[in-house]
Amino acid sequence: MTNEELILKLKKIVKPYIQDENAFENLTEETDFINDLKINSANLVDVILDVEDEFDIEIDNDAMEKMLDIKNALAIIQSKLA
Amino acid sequence: MKKRVVITGLGVVAPNGIDIPSFTSAIKNGVSGITFHQDLQELKFSCCIGGIPEITEEKKLEYLTPLQLRGFNSSGILYGCIAGIDAWKDAGFTIDEKSELDFDSGIIFGTGTSGVDKFREAIYKVDEKKVKRLGSTAVVQTMASGISAYLGGMLGLGNQVTTNSSACTTGTEAIIMGYDRISSGKAKRMLVGSCSDGGAYVWGGFDAMRVLTYKHNDSPEKASRPMSATASGFVPGAGAGALVLESLESALERKATIYAEVLGGAVNSGGQRNGGTMTAPNGIAVRRCITEAIHNSGIHPKDIDLINGHLTATSKDAFEVQNWSEALQLKGTDFPYINSLKSMVGHCLAAAGSIESVAAIVQLYEGFIFPSINCEDVHPEILDSIVEEKIPKEKINKELNIVAKASFGFGDINGCVIFKKYKD
Repeated sequence: MTNEELILKLKKIVKPYIQDENAFENLTEETDFINDLKINSANLVDVILDVEDEFDIEIDNDAMEKMLDIKNALAIIQSKLA
Repeated sequence: MKKRVVITGLGVVAPNGIDIPSFTSAIKNGVSGITFHQDLQELKFSCCIGGIPEITEEKKLEYLTPLQLRGFNSSGILYGCIAGIDAWKDAGFTIDEKSELDFDSGIIFGTGTSGVDKFREAIYKVDEKKVKRLGSTAVVQTMASGISAYLGGMLGLGNQVTTNSSACTTGTEAIIMGYDRISSGKAKRMLVGSCSDGGAYVWGGFDAMRVLTYKHNDSPEKASRPMSATASGFVPGAGAGALVLESLESALERKATIYAEVLGGAVNSGGQRNGGTMTAPNGIAVRRCITEAIHNSGIHPKDIDLINGHLTATSKDAFEVQNWSEALQLKGTDFPYINSLKSMVGHCLAAAGSIESVAAIVQLYEGFIFPSINCEDVHPEILDSIVEEKIPKEKINKELNIVAKASFGFGDINGCVIFKKYKD
């Protein structure tokens, strides 16, 4: 799956949790979940559960800690899918 | 100098009405909210009926955001949010997530247990070794204070925000606690009330105790029979009631609608002594609670026009009426009118006290006494204390001045509050 395809899927996943529409519309690989999209930090675990469901992968604790922005999320998902 | 406390907002989610206008119409007309529940029968409950407020998906979205509704499975919190938000709006406030923090307003919103269905989901996941799958939603929906936390955030209130819990006394106790906080000058406004989940996992324990009626599965509307000779146990219910309590000063300053005044109240416990047990009341404490509430309110027993009793439709109803009669020192024709909302909605457990208080205030404000249904055969022992005419079988239109509301709960605990019609 290309990064572009993954980003489209990720956008769909994070949409219910975001609180900054503008940052969401202009989402890039550099976008940070908490600082840019203003996702409540408690909801990050829910985003990760939704990612696990969508891609049928399991994200361990170490990977979870790094999944704070789109770039790291893409890298983690790609490595699990590989 | 104690501050006077008035009621400026009401909200309700009851089995026979999920907003104030429909609830008011239902209680005027003696409409039962008790229905048969197939799932209870399939689960082999003895009592397969109950009172569950019906909330559509559209209605949920009027109160909670799509994000709040993700993984949401706590009926009590849902009912509590609807009743609480309705009461707050009714008092003339707006709901705005960017509103300025209000340190003068707080919340005391009780419950017995929170998010039982959510907790069941969580337990299954934990046992399947999938604890991570609980996500962020399990804690806030299952913590007892979940309801006050949800409301506190939606309304942006900065005074005390807490949840009380005292079984069936919970709602009445919340009102008295909120009253105390305002009358002592610690808050200007308190959103008070209580809520309860409904359904098999909350009601199962009561079914097992055999305190629910199992004789009316084919006649649900006739099942809840407070004060009747053929009362055979209570009918379980669920829902929420909410009241905005406010200092009289603040209410007048805002030119708010004043539904009634809270004159005072009392809470106590029978200590499970003198015949009191975990499940049965100590009559000495019940009578003392009533007389203290009257004393704290500065009224005379004869001033009471109507008693909104606890009256669950168990064998304890006659004892309750006897306790009222002895505490008030009023018998026969001198006894005030008395009715039980449980005849229409069942026993809404932790939500009972607040839903029934909302009913009490609506009667005061509009000037009527709702019929206590299913009581065409009054229990003979009740007639030792009062005359039958004091239990209305049809709605009575009557100007009321003072209504007494009491709740008695498991653990041998009591609460009694006195409401008065507000006159300028």
